[in-house]
Amino acid sequence: MDLHLIPGAAPTDLERAAVDGALGPPDSGWDGGERRPKLDGHIAHGGRDARARRHLLLPALHALQGRAGWISPGALNYICQRLTVPPAEAYGVATFYSMFSIEPRPATVVHVCDDIACRIKGAKELGAEMEKSLGPAGSQAHRGNAPGKSGSAHGKTGGAMWLKSPCLGLCEHAPAVMFQVAGGKPAASGPRAGDATGDWTLAPARTADVLAGITGRRALGRPRGASTPQTRTGAGGADRASAGAAPLRLLRRVGRVDPESLDDYRAHGGYAALRRALALGPEGVIREVTDSKLMGRGGAAFPTGRKWDAVAKQPAHPHYLVCNADESEPGTFKDRVLMEEDPFALVEAMTIAGYAADCARGYIYIRGEYPLALARLANAIEAARTRGLLGDDILGSGFRFDIEIRRGAGAYICGEETALFNSIEGLRGEPRNKPPFPVQVGLFGKPTLINNVETLVNVLDIVVEGGPAFAAIGTAQSSGTKLFCVSGCVAAPGVYEAPFGATLADIVKLAGGVGAGRTLRAVLLGGAAGSFVTPDEMDVPLTFEGTRAIGASLGSGVIMVFDDTVDLQDTVLRIAAFFRDESCGQCVPCRVGTERQEEVLHRLADAAAARDGRRVPAAATEVALLDEIGQAMRDASICGLGQTAAGAAQSAIKKLGLFGGGR
Amino acid sequence: MSDPQATSGARASEPAGTQPACRARGVVALTPVNVCRVCVVEVEGSRVLVPACSRKVEPKMVVKTDSERVRLSRKMVLEFLASSVDLSCAGAQVKGWMERYRARPERYGPPKAPAAAGERDAAHPGHHEPSHPGAASTVAQLVKLDNDLYVRDYSKCILCYKCVEACGTDAQNTFAIAVAGRGFDARISTEFANPLPDSACVYCGNCIGVCPTGALMFKSEFDLRRAGRWNERKQTVTDTICPYCGVGCTLQLHVQDNRIVKVTSPLDHSVTSGHLCIKGRFGWQFVQNRPEGCKE
Ligand SMILES: Cc1cc2nc3c(=O)[nH]c(=O)nc-3n(C[C@H](O)[C@H](O)[C@H](O)COP(=O)(O)O)c2cc1C
Ligand code: SF4
Ligand code: SF4
Ligand code: SF4
Ligand code: FES
Ligand code: FES
Repeated sequence: MDLHLIPGAAPTDLERAAVDGALGPPDSGWDGGERRPKLDGHIAHGGRDARARRHLLLPALHALQGRAGWISPGALNYICQRLTVPPAEAYGVATFYSMFSIEPRPATVVHVCDDIACRIKGAKELGAEMEKSLGPAGSQAHRGNAPGKSGSAHGKTGGAMWLKSPCLGLCEHAPAVMFQVAGGKPAASGPRAGDATGDWTLAPARTADVLAGITGRRALGRPRGASTPQTRTGAGGADRASAGAAPLRLLRRVGRVDPESLDDYRAHGGYAALRRALALGPEGVIREVTDSKLMGRGGAAFPTGRKWDAVAKQPAHPHYLVCNADESEPGTFKDRVLMEEDPFALVEAMTIAGYAADCARGYIYIRGEYPLALARLANAIEAARTRGLLGDDILGSGFRFDIEIRRGAGAYICGEETALFNSIEGLRGEPRNKPPFPVQVGLFGKPTLINNVETLVNVLDIVVEGGPAFAAIGTAQSSGTKLFCVSGCVAAPGVYEAPFGATLADIVKLAGGVGAGRTLRAVLLGGAAGSFVTPDEMDVPLTFEGTRAIGASLGSGVIMVFDDTVDLQDTVLRIAAFFRDESCGQCVPCRVGTERQEEVLHRLADAAAARDGRRVPAAATEVALLDEIGQAMRDASICGLGQTAAGAAQSAIKKLGLFGGGR
Repeated sequence: MSDPQATSGARASEPAGTQPACRARGVVALTPVNVCRVCVVEVEGSRVLVPACSRKVEPKMVVKTDSERVRLSRKMVLEFLASSVDLSCAGAQVKGWMERYRARPERYGPPKAPAAAGERDAAHPGHHEPSHPGAASTVAQLVKLDNDLYVRDYSKCILCYKCVEACGTDAQNTFAIAVAGRGFDARISTEFANPLPDSACVYCGNCIGVCPTGALMFKSEFDLRRAGRWNERKQTVTDTICPYCGVGCTLQLHVQDNRIVKVTSPLDHSVTSGHLCIKGRFGWQFVQNRPEGCKE
């Protein structure tokens, strides 16, 4: 390939510094540096070595966006030159992610969550306030740093705009916003530099705090344990031991341990599991995980032991470990809470997984909207490295392993495992066809073990207590405990841990139930990719098999509760918009199907509104069409996004009788 | 790969165990990306349908090629495409499939007005306002006319990725175009949607050669069509060898009214696999530079 750059576009000094911050300084004139007159004519550049740097594209784009606030043609040119990536492809990658902008925009962009949990907790009102201060969503009327406009002209907004955002993973504190702030200092060199970020989140987001945030005044963070009502003692929180409740396992340290201190983590039992694992040996660890009957918590419920064993046995090397921390399913926030409050647990668990499956390196792929979890994990990895708990000779065992963080940039689809690999590799986050499966051909084409955050953290107890002890918790087919993300119309939203087998009613009760004088209307189980269940299905045991029996699924553990005040039709329309927005666009059934599904639902909603609640005559044809759209998406889409995109809408029509569909 | 012409109907409904469809049509030069899903079949033991074009045949595989599920998905994919993309140049075969599967694209309502100039190129990933009901979203937009050799009419683009493959690793290794944006806003684009002359394009025309829908088209063909003078029945195709270099690519000259109107190369040709360079593809004007008054 002959690299053809955009004519006449050069990076500014700031852009160059941002990219160099992520990639290190250039080697020669060939990759964008100073041309060395005597030398550069005599060296070869390109080929495999140059192309092997493609995986640095995402970190480089992040560094640029974080520093300059947008991806300019000149800056893209420079990245392309540094990494030997064709500009058309780099552009294709940059335009895939919602956190990147290919137009100049203000330094501060406020992403106001407009998704299902926040909509019922005042997101629309917050949006109206934002509109008053900053103009319509996406409008750049107030961009202070736009070329030719001076910042001061915009007074106290100081150059800001706002956008509507899909779920920010803060649903228990709805409504939520994220501030994406450009202009921070460049971090030290190396790919990690992309991790430095000026971004921050605010939830619950009160209008006054958001407006103060725009002018640079950050509101105070949440107190420890704010997301886990079960860990609170005294006022408001249940004293679990005296109440005779099952002990917390995954949440054991949450709210108690200092998430930034390795010593405190150790004082709370940290790193006992890794020692035990090193004593058991890789096969021993895999045996325990298999015996535990642990099933993946990322949504697909695949037996974890089988996956570990399959990767360990792959002859091709190196093996990679990937922790899926993309958590973008609307209504899901459990992984965020684990990473924010107990980050060392994930680092330790990944080290054990890497040891068992003989992985050369681990990656954490974390969604871009989790700046606090990102910072805590980065700190934990650094601390572990300093103490010899990561690196060349872990705990003197000779085992060598390290972890790198990769930050997503606003794309739900990158949680799909093969899309995630592509994203890390610097490609568009489009899912791959399976087979081959990740255990054979995964990240960088190598055997890859990919697990969800919660799945991995479970391994700590499994290794310490042994697989059979773990298998004894929960039900025969669903072992252990599960984290449930309870949000919506309950008294105490948050992450709740319960052994598999607790019923939906149990968990809703734990969270305080719906408000006084309100009646339960529906629960969205499993997130946008899940389905609605009705008040008469509340006795369903929350197990993989129990939910399957009523045609639902646990998914990522979302329990979003709706009472009779909620406009459920609006909820369903938002879910349809979500899938339309988040489809990668690769395959026809999903790319066009999600669009058509949204159109038909809007037609039905409008018709129903026009007829004031009475049955819509044309509805039967439209509902039948929706059915066919749904079936084609489910059957013919490449990946789980398209395959599940119709589930919630279908259940809303069939079970809840929405959209004039009738029961 | 995802060209309805390449797939389909015909091939995929052959008895189980036949070769993947897309490759069989002679598009041997391209890797199937299997995104169109026209070719889906039911494989016993698989929860979802699988693309016949790329799923490798395994021993004892039981494949159903014409089940109710298969027929429904094929119908829907055809409806989805026909209701959002201009398929008027996609070949008669497509019409046949539409009839066969009883596809009714009009079910989605009248098409929305075409996008304004540059609108689709500027779409932000993850942001859209709800489409207004009663009208179906489409990819209709202005034709990109930015050079003398070929035009890009993305109103006709089914996003099959073939041009991207041909421009990239499967043939040309130029990487002038890629898929940008996502979801329904995904599109084939140069960097920053720059005009082709500013891009890496070397005008090999290999993307035109693989485009199944006429979205990429010789300027000569485009002009004749626009003037209402394009007439394939009046055309002859003459095989010859490219006069320019020692590779000796086979050229097929498409001639109408004694003028060359486009040049292709057979997709299954051992030398070219259908791919040419700018000289063979476009460098034939000299043939018809006859002195004024010279008898044709
Ligand atoms: C559209 C889509 C999004 C997904 N998002 C996530 C996610 O955010 N986190 C996650 O762990 N798994 C997600 N998954 C599931 C992963 O593909 C994969 O099954 C999982 O990471 C495997 O880990 P586990 O076995 O530990 O569950 C998603 C799947 C799909 C289809
Ligand atoms: S189903 Fe949707 S998200 Fe998945 S590959 Fe197809 S278009 Fe992309
Ligand atoms: S003409 Fe050739 S170089 Fe230009 S876009 Fe098409 S395939 Fe690529
Ligand atoms: S332009 Fe043609 S070849 Fe390229 S993706 Fe569109 S339909 Fe396919
Ligand atoms: S944070 Fe708003 S819906 Fe999840
Ligand atoms: S031909 Fe398009 S998916 Fe098979």
